[in-house]
Amino acid sequence: MKNKYSIFSLIKNALSGHENWQRAWRDPEPKKEYDAIIIGGGGHGLATAYYLAKKHKLTNIAVVEKGWIGGGNTGRNTTIIRSNYLWDASAGLYDHALKIWEGLSQELNYNVMFSQRGVMNLAHNLQDVRDLKRRTHANRLNGIDAVWLNTEEVKKFCPIINTSQDIRYPVLGGTLQRRAGTARHDAVAWGYARGADAMGVDIIQNCEVKGIKRIGDQVEGIETTKGFIKSKKIGVVAAGHSSVIANMAGIRLPLESKPLQALVSEPVKPIIDTVVMSNAVHAYVSQSDKGELVIGAGTDSYVSYTQKGSHNIVEETLRAILELYPIFSRMKMLRQWGGIVDICPDASPIISKTQIKGLYFNCGWGTGGFKATPGSGDLFAHTIANDEPHKLNAAFNLNRFVSGDLVDEHGAAAVAH
Amino acid sequence: MFIINCPYCGERDQTEFSCGGEAHIERPKQPTELSDDQWAEYLFMRKNIKGVQFERWNHAHGCRKWFNMVRDTSNDKIQAVYKMGEKPPVK
Repeated sequence: MKNKYSIFSLIKNALSGHENWQRAWRDPEPKKEYDAIIIGGGGHGLATAYYLAKKHKLTNIAVVEKGWIGGGNTGRNTTIIRSNYLWDASAGLYDHALKIWEGLSQELNYNVMFSQRGVMNLAHNLQDVRDLKRRTHANRLNGIDAVWLNTEEVKKFCPIINTSQDIRYPVLGGTLQRRAGTARHDAVAWGYARGADAMGVDIIQNCEVKGIKRIGDQVEGIETTKGFIKSKKIGVVAAGHSSVIANMAGIRLPLESKPLQALVSEPVKPIIDTVVMSNAVHAYVSQSDKGELVIGAGTDSYVSYTQKGSHNIVEETLRAILELYPIFSRMKMLRQWGGIVDICPDASPIISKTQIKGLYFNCGWGTGGFKATPGSGDLFAHTIANDEPHKLNAAFNLNRFVSGDLVDEHGAAAVAH
Repeated sequence: MFIINCPYCGERDQTEFSCGGEAHIERPKQPTELSDDQWAEYLFMRKNIKGVQFERWNHAHGCRKWFNMVRDTSNDKIQAVYKMGEKPPVK
């Protein structure tokens, strides 16, 4: 039984020097067989396990992770959460996630520091204005809050933006989703891990998958660095390494894995109280609770699994940041890193069954998966438990690349494509 | 970021080049006879290998010629560069 976190538990543990906190999740050895196995202990994988246990009462399950939980893209993204996507299918998917975010800290009894500080998308040319206005209308038709701001309103909402009309890419306006914002990315992984573990889910770290065993068209289990684990249901949530797992199972995916970079500055006093994204000049920025500016750069143009990224990509982003925010010209950057993102041709994810019975994939989130973590886990759990997609993820099946029914979100997937 | 040895111009910075993705994907000889599955395979499905991959590159800010490259995607080390139409020098 997990102890509940509260102000009283905090006081009690403070009195004993914080030495007697219960561990947040166990460190079990794998059993011989599970009812379901999730490959990948990031936010999406842990959320999948959590909802499988909570909503579908599948508690004899394991999450296997080759490193440590939340050490991949969950710990490497820029923590932005929004749902202002263009098409109905995407609006349904991402707003489902946003609604879960709104009550997630309470549900998990774990503070994920969800902050609805708003996300503003800037327009820098006439086509941007048309596209963003169209997206605003589409959002409102789908019940998603969105407003169009003119240049003066942009300046009023975020005063440090340079709205001078004689810069290379002047600000012609922008859209604002006020329900959007940020969350503490590590806490999301830890919160879901703690919640899943409390319901009996085995979280097995430092356990790399080496092979997928199948007999005919049915999966039978996985070969790992901790031995063979049997299961008739396997959900793969391996982000940038999805193709690696797919190759083990002998199936093909429409993915390309590329490094996506982010960087943070030295911490400073509060200067920007929202998230500002700018597709045309490729820059987005927010400020963490520690005071660091969190800046997202783009992807490299070639396949790579190096988790580094090229210097010129960072340079382009910072050039744009400096034009839009001259006040940052003397900021020092503290850290830079890369994560490997799996990009789909239509910039939409895959949450789907495959041609192999019992093998499911949740991948293709590309450059923007963090925002969808709770919704993705919920819908993937539904798909695995019922062997059928939920109506919210039916459009995100693998077969859309055969039927041609793509969900083209290159516009709303923002800066990195 | 790395240095690429263009078969026409010699060693140049990678920023001068653009990557054209997986190499040796053959254009269908009889497009009208392809099934939807075969189209999906040709258009969208990729090996996306972690390890040695064959790919096409273009010296976009140089001679503007296309060529092939063998590169290990796990460490970005280039193993070979060869011209279009030539057989890959490594397996």
